[in-house]
Amino acid sequence: MRLSGADILVRTLIEQGCDVVFGYPGGQIINVYDSLHKYRNELKHVLTAHEQGAAHAADGYARATGKVGVVIATSGPGATNLVTGIATAYLDSVPLVAITGNVPTGQLGTDSFQEIDITGITLPITKHNYVIGSVEELADTVREAFRLAVSGRPGPVLVDIPKDIQIASCEYVPQTPIQREERFPAKEKRILQAAECINASRRPFLYFGGGLINSDAEAELLALAEKLDAPIGCSLMGISGVDSDHPRFLGMQGMHGHYASSMAMHHADCILSLGVRFNDRVTGNRAKFATNAKIIHIDVDGAELAKNIEPAHALRGDVKLTLQQLLPLLNQKDDPEWRQTVARLREEEQQTLDHRDGMTPRNAMLALNRYLGENTPVATDVGQHQMWAAQNLRFHRPRRFISSGGLGTMGFGMGAAIGAQMATGERTVLVTGDGSFGMCLNELATAVSQRLPLVILLLNNGVLGMVRQWQTLFFDKHYSNTILDRKTDFVLLARAFGAEGRRAETPEQLDEALREAFASDGPFLVECMIDKDEFVLPMLPPGGSMDDIIVQIERTVK
Amino acid sequence: MTGFTVAVLVHNRFGVLNRVTSMFRRRRFNIKCLTVSETESAAYSRITVSSDGSGAEKRQLIDQLYKLPDVVSIKELHEEDSVSCELLLIKVANEQETRRDVQDAAQAYGAKTVDYTRESIVMQMTGATRQIDAFIDLMRDYTILEICRTGIVSLERGETTIRKSEIY
Repeated sequence: MRLSGADILVRTLIEQGCDVVFGYPGGQIINVYDSLHKYRNELKHVLTAHEQGAAHAADGYARATGKVGVVIATSGPGATNLVTGIATAYLDSVPLVAITGNVPTGQLGTDSFQEIDITGITLPITKHNYVIGSVEELADTVREAFRLAVSGRPGPVLVDIPKDIQIASCEYVPQTPIQREERFPAKEKRILQAAECINASRRPFLYFGGGLINSDAEAELLALAEKLDAPIGCSLMGISGVDSDHPRFLGMQGMHGHYASSMAMHHADCILSLGVRFNDRVTGNRAKFATNAKIIHIDVDGAELAKNIEPAHALRGDVKLTLQQLLPLLNQKDDPEWRQTVARLREEEQQTLDHRDGMTPRNAMLALNRYLGENTPVATDVGQHQMWAAQNLRFHRPRRFISSGGLGTMGFGMGAAIGAQMATGERTVLVTGDGSFGMCLNELATAVSQRLPLVILLLNNGVLGMVRQWQTLFFDKHYSNTILDRKTDFVLLARAFGAEGRRAETPEQLDEALREAFASDGPFLVECMIDKDEFVLPMLPPGGSMDDIIVQIERTVK
Repeated sequence: MTGFTVAVLVHNRFGVLNRVTSMFRRRRFNIKCLTVSETESAAYSRITVSSDGSGAEKRQLIDQLYKLPDVVSIKELHEEDSVSCELLLIKVANEQETRRDVQDAAQAYGAKTVDYTRESIVMQMTGATRQIDAFIDLMRDYTILEICRTGIVSLERGETTIRKSEIY
């Protein structure tokens, strides 16, 4: 059938299995919005308060499902408002397709009203991007964008569509959804060498990241752990990849990682690294990182294999398929000594944990744990609350911890929670702080409009806590511009948006507020008052090694 | 001596050079020279990149190039099994007392005079980078007015082509 470019775009999105898109209309995308109206029974469009929120929502949708998230914006400022969202998805390898309108082809390059070179701007933060040159290439380019977004190491792709192409028409033939490119295991020779190295090791440690979740390799990882009698740790991006209650799981590793997890990795003689990229927040001082260990690195992106650290064995391939070939080559290990070492580290960790009573961040997280279901998605913003959530919340299904790891985008959480809720249909939690929430709280309007069951747990300490923590430790307590001291009443603010809200100043009030929030139909904000001088611990100082780990600092509690 | 030259076959699409160089810039690869032109097929362009970088940098550069969807194939070109050359245009002052020496040097290096005026001489030379470097160095004894060189172009010896090289 002969359709306009705008219709073809929407039909192609539907054809590719897209059921909800997030976006914001404008002059150069208005034809697409007319088509969205026309096909509204087949594709739901969620209007956000700001394009950034729409990008984060599409990102949250993609993280919660593994499917491509789609965001639509107009040209110029609409497109530039997507940039932080696209970069966030890029750094965390999230499959995202961003559609932008642009001025008619003939006006491109003339600085027309609301014209911006969005493909130029997003060049370094997309896997690839396209300017559509003719309506005939539109459908196939959108399909190609979907294929690129989910194939190999996932990531965002942008498609810029000049207005004349939205208006022009051509024949459209529906196709079946694209398949992601075939996955492949690492080369056999490399697998054999890695197996030899693992078999010769005494203290193996399994370390995984977001790549394990993308590869859907939880079962293989657990089989590996049993065979090697090995403990498991993960990066921030790996959280929820393995059941938090699994007896071999030691939790997150890195700057604010679990003591036992970081220490076990430090003592290991062989680190099997699955879908990770050895970010500086993980390694600290790379020269002193895991000096006792041979590192085996498996990743689908060959460019990660020697980028940050030099592994003993680099295996380029899909984590799941590679592990399936590796497993039969490994000898069953049974090492009481290594088990005892790990058990001892766990005990030491217990002693370093924050066991105070009262409204401590950890107690707030433990209270929240009691309300989380098996399947509850939890989004976070960025800062201290994010680390407390990463350290203390329990997850039982992959893709349930949704957090901006690579870019560290404050303001990510509100949009991401909306996207995750709409993708899963589950009541969704946002853990945020007063700083981050202030950045994109306008999306409360979206949550209310859509009547989403969203529990927003806002840890309010009146300061930008993470920066303040650094200022306390490394800048002689010069609290430069980190004391917010705003007069915002978050409970009233929630009500002003049409949501509900409760303030909690004691653990009892918090429990009560959470109970109410988890029974509510719509968005419910719980403002949890905590002290401004709470620390995220343990802490590996930036550029430090495990010898520099800060486990305890004298704390205060009101 | 470190340093390497790679040839990159890319789809001949609008903005492809920008994509490649943008990646080099943001990842801080140190590029000594870069040439680009259409190939035997209008569908492809060929980029030749030289760098002073180390082996680790070379590997990372190739790995990152492979991630660009426009890249079709990549071939590292080793000096011993490839032919490489570049083109130099050099303009020197035409001065009575040095004219003879300049012309002798040009002759020794096989540089051809392509423009000759009362004030200046423009010479053209093709050859290996090292020869061109040496000739320029020699000309520094005189008054160089300006220099323009193309950067390396390179093909593998024998019948193998970049189209046949393996994408890994």
